[in-house]
Amino acid sequence: MDETTLDEIISRYNAPSGRLLGILREIQDKEGYIPRESLEMLSEKLDVRRSQLYSLTTFYSYFSLTPVGDHVITVCMGTACHVKGAVEILQALEWMLGIKSDTSQDGKFSITTEDRKFTLEIARCFGACSMAPVLRVDGNLYGYATKEDLPAILAEYGWEP
Amino acid sequence: MKITSAADLKSRQKIGLQKIQPGKPRIAVGFATCGIAVGGNKVYERLKVIIEKNGLDIDLTRVGCIGYCKEEPLVNITIPGKPLIILHKVTEADAEEIVRAVQKGEVPYDKALCRVPAWDHGTGCTLAYGDGFTKIPLYEKIPFFKAQKKVILRDAGLINPEDIDEYIAVGGYAAAMKALAGMDSEAIIKEVEKSGLRGRGGAGFPTGLKWRITRDAKADKKYIICNADEGDPGAYMNRNEMESDPHMLIEGMIIGAFAMGAAEGLIYIRAEYPLAIKRLKLAIEQAREYGLLGKNIFGTKFSFDIAIATGAGAFVCGESTALVASIEGRTGRPHPRPPRLTDIGGGLFGVPTDLNNVETWCNVPVIISNGSGWYSRIGVKGNTGTKVFSLVGKVDRVGLVEVPLGTSLNTIVFDIGNGGALGKKVKAVQTGGPSGGCIPVRLFDTPVDYESLNNVGSIMGSGGLVVMDEDTNMVDIARYFINFATGESCGKCVPCREGLKHSLLLLNRILAKKGTKKDLETLALLSDTIVATSLCGLGQTAPNPVLTTLAYFREEYDRLVKP
Repeated sequence: MDETTLDEIISRYNAPSGRLLGILREIQDKEGYIPRESLEMLSEKLDVRRSQLYSLTTFYSYFSLTPVGDHVITVCMGTACHVKGAVEILQALEWMLGIKSDTSQDGKFSITTEDRKFTLEIARCFGACSMAPVLRVDGNLYGYATKEDLPAILAEYGWEP
Repeated sequence: MKITSAADLKSRQKIGLQKIQPGKPRIAVGFATCGIAVGGNKVYERLKVIIEKNGLDIDLTRVGCIGYCKEEPLVNITIPGKPLIILHKVTEADAEEIVRAVQKGEVPYDKALCRVPAWDHGTGCTLAYGDGFTKIPLYEKIPFFKAQKKVILRDAGLINPEDIDEYIAVGGYAAAMKALAGMDSEAIIKEVEKSGLRGRGGAGFPTGLKWRITRDAKADKKYIICNADEGDPGAYMNRNEMESDPHMLIEGMIIGAFAMGAAEGLIYIRAEYPLAIKRLKLAIEQAREYGLLGKNIFGTKFSFDIAIATGAGAFVCGESTALVASIEGRTGRPHPRPPRLTDIGGGLFGVPTDLNNVETWCNVPVIISNGSGWYSRIGVKGNTGTKVFSLVGKVDRVGLVEVPLGTSLNTIVFDIGNGGALGKKVKAVQTGGPSGGCIPVRLFDTPVDYESLNNVGSIMGSGGLVVMDEDTNMVDIARYFINFATGESCGKCVPCREGLKHSLLLLNRILAKKGTKKDLETLALLSDTIVATSLCGLGQTAPNPVLTTLAYFREEYDRLVKP
């Protein structure tokens, strides 16, 4: 993220309430993760210790410190999704993408394919429980998902068997 | 244009009514997150193209969600003089037929779910639509709706949440005007106390009392906060409340701020709800434009404004002290109470702070409008009013359900939800999210109120009801929640951080069929210890899913372990 963009984001947060998390959220939304350089720049500009920013980004599950692929697939692991087979969906996706669950260095589930096309993540709950199990690809929700639906969904994003 | 008098509000109401009942056909597409995801946006776009291409005199708009999620996408049609018709399972391909029928003053019968000749918007405002279409069943005859009572969701799915005029049309902001123009702080707090309203976030603390304590705290500055973090997996009531009727929340906060003497309010909302954030921001801007937020609200001396702070995914931030830490830009780790939020030194930036859940705030306008007497007759003694639940999991009719407190689980799961999905047998229902418990079907005559749910080892929580059927492995459910709580533990106190981790290891071993009877004893003992010694509510309640499954589904554990 360049300095002008970061300045623009910071300028929209005048009040202290919700400021740090709000700025970090916007960086995360824009970049798909929080780049180290952005954290360093933010630390300088707001006069907040890097350690504090690091602590925030690792404490809150919304933030990620590892770069993501072109498309981010997020599987909801909420209770309704769990009882309706979210684990199977996740396993099927791992198999399709040829990756294996692992936790990244910041302790969060996020794994990217070697060609950097896809990143697979999990979420605690989207709050779209009525259409469980649910997954999200780049902001688009797919409800009532079955293993059989997955190839067609991923194909929309350029996945090839 | 600022609204400063009852006459101003009335004239806005007229403008709003013109939008809801425009004197020509209106087609409204359900446009909450899930409605959009299952194709509501495609239906809307298609309808738009058809109407524009043919230059038809039909209003097309977007509304929130009426809660019958199973039947989405939902579309409703109003034709002047005819009842409002709710269409269900609408697809893009139906758009042509819908428009063709509406042009002829008809509706597509095969898509019709029910008809609404008149709708009571609760605050002295009933909208009459008309008669006809008698072949389509009445709204109140539909089993999913029959046992429900819409108080909080009274506008959801019927008005455009992105238009303040439509909220004003159905009686919106009249309660705030009544409070600011004709009541003082004491009168409002008394009214909320007498209503019997208790915290809808799940703990059930009397709202009026919390307001009184905050108001009486001797400080120049006070904050009020709305907790919209909705971290319980399996719960989405608050999302729909904000997406479908954001002004109801804002109006509740205006009344509360006036009663407690706060000039600033915050809505702490999870980042995972982009549509709710967008609609709240829009609603706040519109309210400012009308002089309902900002300086001199309704032309009175009272000034108050609301800002939005986003959460970033930490379940523990539902705990009040952690939530405040998060807004201040720190990690959400609870501290021991006192000091409580309402104390000097305990709240946001050390200022006395009142914190209420979205749904609690949403209850306020109707209490002020209709009076505490009206409100306290809903529900049962000590548990007044309604509660919205998200009925999900392995139940046939999934959706958002609003019932008077004291309604039995049987009514909710079987009468409204129609029992198990795909004809399977219901085994249990999980209430209260990770802090709650699993209640077996034989206890489904339990009334849903704060105390009765506690008595069976669970909690009310924020309103998630996840149904489990005969195929659900209850030990796996216990592990699911302990895994969740382990990941969400803030790590500050040992019982929660270490105790949950070891509970998880034990459950993993049991599920791998390597456990022994001794492990079950250890698990029970460890759970009791975590309950007794954890610092905050998250730790103290985290073992509930284990304790309830051990109590009610012991045989499932026994089958997995060696003697």
